[in-house]
Amino acid sequence: MNQARSVVVWIVLSSLVIIPLVAAALSPLLAWRQPIYIGAGFAGIFAFALLLFQPLLAIGVLPGISRLRGRLIHQWVGISLMLAVVAHVIGLWVTSPPDVIDALLFRSPTPFSAWGVVAMWAVFASVCLVFFRRKLRLRPGRWRIVHKSLATVIVVGSVVHAVLIEGTMEIITKSVLCASVLAALGFALGTAHTQRNRQIKRQSRT
Amino acid sequence: MKRSQMSRRNFLAGTTAVLATSVGGLLSPALAQDFAPTRTMPGGANNYIPNAPLVDRIGGGGFWMTGSVRRAGDGVPLAGQRIQIWAHTTEGHERDPHSHGATLTDENGEFRLEMPQIVPAFGQPHGHLAYDSGDFETVFLRPIMPSASDTTLSAHFILKPV
Repeated sequence: MNQARSVVVWIVLSSLVIIPLVAAALSPLLAWRQPIYIGAGFAGIFAFALLLFQPLLAIGVLPGISRLRGRLIHQWVGISLMLAVVAHVIGLWVTSPPDVIDALLFRSPTPFSAWGVVAMWAVFASVCLVFFRRKLRLRPGRWRIVHKSLATVIVVGSVVHAVLIEGTMEIITKSVLCASVLAALGFALGTAHTQRNRQIKRQSRT
Repeated sequence: MKRSQMSRRNFLAGTTAVLATSVGGLLSPALAQDFAPTRTMPGGANNYIPNAPLVDRIGGGGFWMTGSVRRAGDGVPLAGQRIQIWAHTTEGHERDPHSHGATLTDENGEFRLEMPQIVPAFGQPHGHLAYDSGDFETVFLRPIMPSASDTTLSAHFILKPV
């Protein structure tokens, strides 16, 4: 990949996450929220922004990052994602305990809560699976299916969660980020499939 | 010669009115017979602080919470009922005591309390109302504003005697 192209890719990807963050930082709603609530909201937006990079890191298509290094960064981003989700939930809990308890128990009146909670558990499950991958002795094929399924649950759950929330995120930048996150997942799943097919063909030839 | 007055607007208005009354006619027997008690909404009691004081206005005002209180079964409007109201507003969080206040229904069973503008919190612009005075079963409501820029919100109680 030539340098100009990689610069363009990085500018586009960083704009896709920085612009929504800046737009949210300019939200009038912030004036009426305490710091812990604001922090909780931004932890959520940050976690969501990480979802744009996770699939691309996993298949090693980000310019300037080798596939191997991409996988390593993917793990660290995964852990950051989990920590950001935890910060999001704790911050909201401190702000309004009964609303978060309702959400975690799936009895919240807000339809977006359940989507977020399901995505949260899928994040935790992913991290646990990575951690205990060796111990569980999952076969590579099965591992891939489980990990991709969890990734899909995380992305779809988070997108629906974000779309349904009337919060600090500005509607257009939020929609563009949501579409990009979905596209990144779709692209990665498709590419991973092609990569795998090529690998199988190569192996069968030798 | 008189020209026909049936413009498209009149036609549409008339048809809508006929449809509305006929549909209403189908539904109204159930409503007229039975004012079913309002059920507490999920999350309605969140951040409730019992015994909110009776106030003329919560904070600086500018937003109106309105509604009505009726008796279950016969639908008789209930006067003098205490309704407690709280929300996340431009002047405070739901958990702040100064975001809470109460008002009484008038002789028509209606209430109206001025309060600061409600702003979206926890994903939706919403308010909380409670009837918790003991003569009727306790009800907590959590109405949602159709638009965050609305300056009024209403909620209606049909209470079941204890």
